[in-house]
Amino acid sequence: MDFSVLLQDIPTLLVVILGVPAILAAYIVGGEFLVRRLPDKNRPQVRPWIWVGPALILVAGFLLLPALGTIVQSFENNAGSWVGFNNYASQFSDFPSGGAWVAIRNNVIFWLIFYTVFTLVFGLILAVLFDRVRYESIVKSLIFMPMAISSVALGIIWIFMFQYSTPGEPQVGTLNAIITFFHHDPVVWLQDQWPSDKFNVLNNLALIGAATWGITGFAMVILSAALKGIPGELLEAARVDGAGEITVFRRVIFPLMMPTIVVVGTTLVIFALKAFDVVYVMTGGNYNTDVLAFRMYEQLYTAGNNGHASAVAVILLVAVIPVLIFNLRQFRAVEARR
Amino acid sequence: MTVAAAAQPTTVAARFSPGWITQLLQRYILHIVVIGLTVGWMLPTIGLLVSSFRPFALTKTSGWWTALTPLQFTFQNYTDVLGQSNLGQAFFNSFMVSVPATVIPVTIGAFAAYSFAWMKFPARNWIFLALVGLLAVPLQLTFVPVLSFYVNTLHWTTSDLEATGIPGLPWVPLWLAHAGYGLPFSIYLLANFFRALPSDLFESAEIDGAGTLTVFFRIILPLSVPALASLVIFQFLWVWNDLLVALIYVGGAPEVAPLTVNLADLTTSLGQGSNLLTSAAFFSMVVPLIVFLSLQRYFVRGILAGSVKG
Repeated sequence: MDFSVLLQDIPTLLVVILGVPAILAAYIVGGEFLVRRLPDKNRPQVRPWIWVGPALILVAGFLLLPALGTIVQSFENNAGSWVGFNNYASQFSDFPSGGAWVAIRNNVIFWLIFYTVFTLVFGLILAVLFDRVRYESIVKSLIFMPMAISSVALGIIWIFMFQYSTPGEPQVGTLNAIITFFHHDPVVWLQDQWPSDKFNVLNNLALIGAATWGITGFAMVILSAALKGIPGELLEAARVDGAGEITVFRRVIFPLMMPTIVVVGTTLVIFALKAFDVVYVMTGGNYNTDVLAFRMYEQLYTAGNNGHASAVAVILLVAVIPVLIFNLRQFRAVEARR
Repeated sequence: MTVAAAAQPTTVAARFSPGWITQLLQRYILHIVVIGLTVGWMLPTIGLLVSSFRPFALTKTSGWWTALTPLQFTFQNYTDVLGQSNLGQAFFNSFMVSVPATVIPVTIGAFAAYSFAWMKFPARNWIFLALVGLLAVPLQLTFVPVLSFYVNTLHWTTSDLEATGIPGLPWVPLWLAHAGYGLPFSIYLLANFFRALPSDLFESAEIDGAGTLTVFFRIILPLSVPALASLVIFQFLWVWNDLLVALIYVGGAPEVAPLTVNLADLTTSLGQGSNLLTSAAFFSMVVPLIVFLSLQRYFVRGILAGSVKG
């Protein structure tokens, strides 16, 4: 690597590392300075907007208004003229293999169900098991570690796990080495559309498995915190009453953890619907592993069709809306208790 | 079955009975299951790490688990990938993207959170509710308009911005986008934290004549270091590991694009079996793993605050 390039860039780095905070500090100090010039009675009216203003502008400019713009654009073609529901019609054409159907199916059936359920089940099992050993914090951080790396790196890790060589040659991919050890033919995990290309479970599960591996630590950490919040006397009481460990788990631990499981589940549902990186790196959406986020990217960059891209994005939004409403309700319920 | 195996009632029968044997066994089964699961979980990462230090020819003929026989390790993959791709530049770019894209939303978010927590203004609660709603909105919904605003309205393409010669400017579109995307979470987390601070603290300070700035910088920020630390780590790792946003705004400009984009490009250009991928992937993990391992406590706390607490 040519480090001299980096040395040349050090001034840039300094300008940025010192300049950005300086601008932000100057803004708020300058804003307060101006507020203090105002008459006493106007200050409380103006001050909040000075503090909240930049955030509102950025959120409005990068989230709210563009979202509305995308909804409008989903009814327009590239030239900006109104095309009604044409963009949606082309996404919903040729059921079940045309348009966005494969992506919708993969997101709403495979990813939503398997990713969420696998992660919750693994997370719960690990949280419960790890709660019983003294080296809990060590094993927890080891499971949690994949959370820190990028999904691109995660994808590469699993590309090598899934590596395939033709039968007879040495299998250097871990999974194929394991199954050939048990005298099964090697599997092309990322391309094999078992049981059929109309309903390809296997390669989708391969992608979902990789993503699940990365996110389980997240579920485990939160579920483990909830588990520790259950009062020990409650469990003792159940055990004294003669409940076995399985009964204690099913009748006491599980119901008490349910609210947390639901919250983690909704977060995972959002992650599942937004899945992108793993698909982009591992299959490029080929072999019927397309997902909505990837299709949106393709419509935007490969096809250069803003209207189609916007329509796919809106479909994604519609899929997320139930979760969004749930989050808002949850939030208001918590606020009401405050 | 795993739960049953994990059963370990602490009341050991005083009398001699075969019971203690099964208990002992059960206890060992628990440890075997726990350690087995953990090792299994680490296996994919270990495999890649070992592969990245193996000679290219060997990785074609034998799996990484045979690496000890014969023992052959090399740094060739690392020197090759650093020489052949502009990974160094991408590494620098990742810093240029991540540091301001963390500083901006955390700082501006702290300003806003202070306002939401301790000032009164019209529609305050409704705006906050809208922010909670925006937490779940897919970013895909924003790309087309923001991109066309950057390119067609502002003429902020990478080449235009580079032409100005102002240091740091080519990254500004990415910073602002990350700031906008990161702010709802940032405000949500910090406002919840600020609100939980005891109000008498500020009131007495204000009676003593301290201004808003003094209260914010001298009282609120120092008390909120744990929350700020969690948020900084969270946002930093999010931006460092982000592929999608970088791909959309600077995907075609390797002189600006971060490591994730570079790495994804390598995956498609080198082919999936290439050994250079292993070393490149590990190269990209170094910074997040250092951040994670050194500041794990805060990272976990941030996750808990963000998702369990309302």
